[in-house]
Amino acid sequence: MQSQERTIQAPVPNLETKAFWDAAAQGKLMIGKCNACGKLHYYPRVRCPFCFSDRTELQQASGSGTIYTYSVMRRTPIPYAIAYVTLAEGPTMMTNIVDCDLDRIRIGQAVRLVFKPSDGGPPVPMFTPV
Amino acid sequence: MSIKGKANIVGIFEHPTRKADDKSLFQLHAECAAGALADAGLTKNDIDGYFCAAGDTPGLGALSMVDYLGLKLRHWDSTDTGGSSYLLQVEHAAEAIASGKCSIALITLAGRPRTEGVATGTAPRTAAVQSAETAFENPYAPATANMYAMCAMRHMYQYGTTSEQLAWVKVAASHHAQYNPHAMLRDVVTVEDVVNSPMIADPLHRLDCCVISDGGGAIIVARPEVAKSLKRPLVKIIGAGEAPKHQMGGAIDLTYSGAVWSGPAAFAEAGVKPADIKYASIYDSFTITVVMQIEDLGFCEKGQGGRFVSDGNLISGTGKLPFNTDGGGLCNNHPSNRGGLTKVVEAVRQLRGEAHPRVQVPNCDLALAHGTGGSLGTRHGSATVIMERE
Repeated sequence: MQSQERTIQAPVPNLETKAFWDAAAQGKLMIGKCNACGKLHYYPRVRCPFCFSDRTELQQASGSGTIYTYSVMRRTPIPYAIAYVTLAEGPTMMTNIVDCDLDRIRIGQAVRLVFKPSDGGPPVPMFTPV
Repeated sequence: MSIKGKANIVGIFEHPTRKADDKSLFQLHAECAAGALADAGLTKNDIDGYFCAAGDTPGLGALSMVDYLGLKLRHWDSTDTGGSSYLLQVEHAAEAIASGKCSIALITLAGRPRTEGVATGTAPRTAAVQSAETAFENPYAPATANMYAMCAMRHMYQYGTTSEQLAWVKVAASHHAQYNPHAMLRDVVTVEDVVNSPMIADPLHRLDCCVISDGGGAIIVARPEVAKSLKRPLVKIIGAGEAPKHQMGGAIDLTYSGAVWSGPAAFAEAGVKPADIKYASIYDSFTITVVMQIEDLGFCEKGQGGRFVSDGNLISGTGKLPFNTDGGGLCNNHPSNRGGLTKVVEAVRQLRGEAHPRVQVPNCDLALAHGTGGSLGTRHGSATVIMERE
């Protein structure tokens, strides 16, 4: 079954996440980087969830990753694939797998970043099979 | 300080309704409280501690509920960890009793999701208030079913778990539910019935999912001296543990639950091992929920849960680990989309020898009740309670 476009709930940026969503509007996926412990995290936040330092910044992700797990929701008017994708940089993020045959999605599959428009908010990072 | 032996469960009640279109939410809470008081042989004014989950008691925390019930309290707590809240509240009540903050604690749960027509499993989450993660999750339409489905998908990939193995969880629950006149689903089902039921969210079928029911329940926890003054079998709390599990900054691993922490804490406090447990109530929002928690609690090795639950191993009378002998959330009842309270209730029935004769575990003197609330696919609160018959 080929995936279809669906209405995407708009993310609501706040003071802390505005930079992330401004970057998304420019087609960039940002992840959190801690300059104290060196670890990367997702979703990005001001204080590192590992060492609790506030010496964090946003780093652009390459946009490539692999599918950690997924599920195709069959009982909604438009079926869709939710997934967790492990980014090449390390962190794993919730996302959708789009622009593909929903029945051919597999764990371990290589995917690349695409952005999809949301319903009245900034575009949302999603992934499609390479 | 340990809670071991410091508090007893003296009253239990599971509301018989599964569709409460003629009752208010508050009335349901009160009926459950009255039921547990009658079971214990106590009256409302004996209660000096009240515990509930903020999410199913509208108002500021427990405040409106306490007002409605007319309670005079020395101690209260409305911590909400979703469906596991009531297991956590048993622990918190025991802690409060052990430290002298109250003597007789009431825990209530009620809800009407069936009457209100909530598509609990498949409706994408919406947020009235934005949590820290909301913007990073809700655009992807996480529902309940597809989040647990992602756990199942990964478990299958990593450990070779099959849909047929998951189906055995439902089969066992249905074997028990046939003897429960209040159960929503009383028909015995087969592995084939489960795997041939409609796909909801790959790889979970309709019969891998729990019921949506109205109703509720209540538990009364009291000092051992109070328990001994009542004319009921003695069930004491000997160990408990709780733990949250979350997304760990993106170091996500969906193959295990917070039971890896709450379980060992409870076993250590109780001084018993998984192999000693005669009966287990295991939260069964979905079949995969049971498989993961059984592994995490140490009833089998990690990754072996699918094999462990197969071939009727969870069926009372034939299996090694009789579970959810009321039919559980999969067949009996999942009031307010929160299954933790009924898990304690059936464990107490087993310890008292008051389960249905066809599912009563012989000489059941040690039982465990365990649950997770929230979602195994994102973040959840895990809670484990171990109880002993005196």
